[in-house]
Amino acid sequence: MTVSIVVVSHSEKIAEGAVELAAQMAPDVVILPAGGTDDGRIGTSLEKVLAAIEQASGQASGQAPGRAAGAGAEGTVVLTDLGSAVMTAESALEFLESPAGVLLADAPLVEGLVAAAVAAQGGADVEAVRKAAEGARGGAGQPEPAGSELEPGSVSSAAPDFTADFELVNQAGMHARPAAKVAGGLASLDAEVTINGVDGASMTGLMTLGAGKGTVLHVEAWGKDAERAVEYVGGLVEAGFGEP
Amino acid sequence: MVLDANWAVKWLTLCAQAMAEHRVELIELDRAIGDSDHGENMDRGFQAVLAKLGESTPETPGAALKMTAMTLMSKVGGAAGPLYGTAFLRAATALGDSAEIDPAAWAAALAAARDGIVARGKAEPGDKTMVDAWTPAVDAARAAADGGSTDVLGVLVAAAEAAEAGAVSTDPMVARKGRASYLGERSAGHRDPGAVSSALILRAAVGAAA
Repeated sequence: MTVSIVVVSHSEKIAEGAVELAAQMAPDVVILPAGGTDDGRIGTSLEKVLAAIEQASGQASGQAPGRAAGAGAEGTVVLTDLGSAVMTAESALEFLESPAGVLLADAPLVEGLVAAAVAAQGGADVEAVRKAAEGARGGAGQPEPAGSELEPGSVSSAAPDFTADFELVNQAGMHARPAAKVAGGLASLDAEVTINGVDGASMTGLMTLGAGKGTVLHVEAWGKDAERAVEYVGGLVEAGFGEP
Repeated sequence: MVLDANWAVKWLTLCAQAMAEHRVELIELDRAIGDSDHGENMDRGFQAVLAKLGESTPETPGAALKMTAMTLMSKVGGAAGPLYGTAFLRAATALGDSAEIDPAAWAAALAAARDGIVARGKAEPGDKTMVDAWTPAVDAARAAADGGSTDVLGVLVAAAEAAEAGAVSTDPMVARKGRASYLGERSAGHRDPGAVSSALILRAAVGAAA
């Protein structure tokens, strides 16, 4: 059972195109477009958005062929484009019978959607999917170099609680899906993790490493779950992310 | 005069009339500082409300306003859709199942509507938005309803006049929210279309009670 995603855009074409793009990377995730007005103009429609959210959350919690149920991985993340799309999505939540489990992501539409879709494909929970989307802010060219390092007294300025090095063994290296698995898993742990200096919970950050097969990942972790975080990354990397 | 479901239906009908009559004016205002779709959008939205009223008759003012909220959010398209939709929805919630609206309830409904617009659009008074019509309207309605006044028409008139003055007050303002904010200083000297349509809506409420 994966988290579902709804894409709200002023343009029907943008919504559909973004969904098409993301679906390529996340074939098992329910991603529904809600673009344009009821009569096909530029704008947003509460009815369209409500219908998409209801359908997405229904599908996500109902039929989920080929996936283990009960993983707690349900819910819906809503991505939006310009200002009034945000307002329409917020209004939709106000109208929903059960808005619990439906989260709005404050993220760039395309980058955020791809990050969210891949995170959902990797089985991340609804909070982690939203975080993956929001982590895409600022574009792929600007990884988040643990911005907190600049803050005095932040945990990152202290020595890491756990650290380890792992060599990428899968052919494709740290591409989108592995990055989403790593980021999605780390997002749900109580730990701050950097991998070769980028935020381990940021899918786009990890992708900007451009780490191919044979690259050694230096993992540093702080916090309560630091050890689990390092083990989690190590387990994934050593298993080649389940890829050849 | 009682403000009941019949009044609410008449109010919404007059809103639709006002938007149709002022469609071009709103388009012109929006062309100066926005994307010139406000008149078109408001007209379309309230025509859809009119069509809904033709399908079924709401039993309470609250039910009429909730239907309006849903319709405007679905049909308007621009930012005005969710803003007015939220305004009508919050007002409907404030009115609850009451069959009639007294002055205090009208003031409370306007306040809820204004708070909804602020929550949704994040605009403040002085930003050259519809908030500049709604906020004085809320203050005037509260003042008129103060002390348990039973003069409903007086409260409606007070709110409408304050909203109209509020709309005029946006003329010299520099927009800080919405599409007009992209124009910066050049937005001064134009009246905010959202403030004007807000005043039209509150004026229609008077007409329905007259």
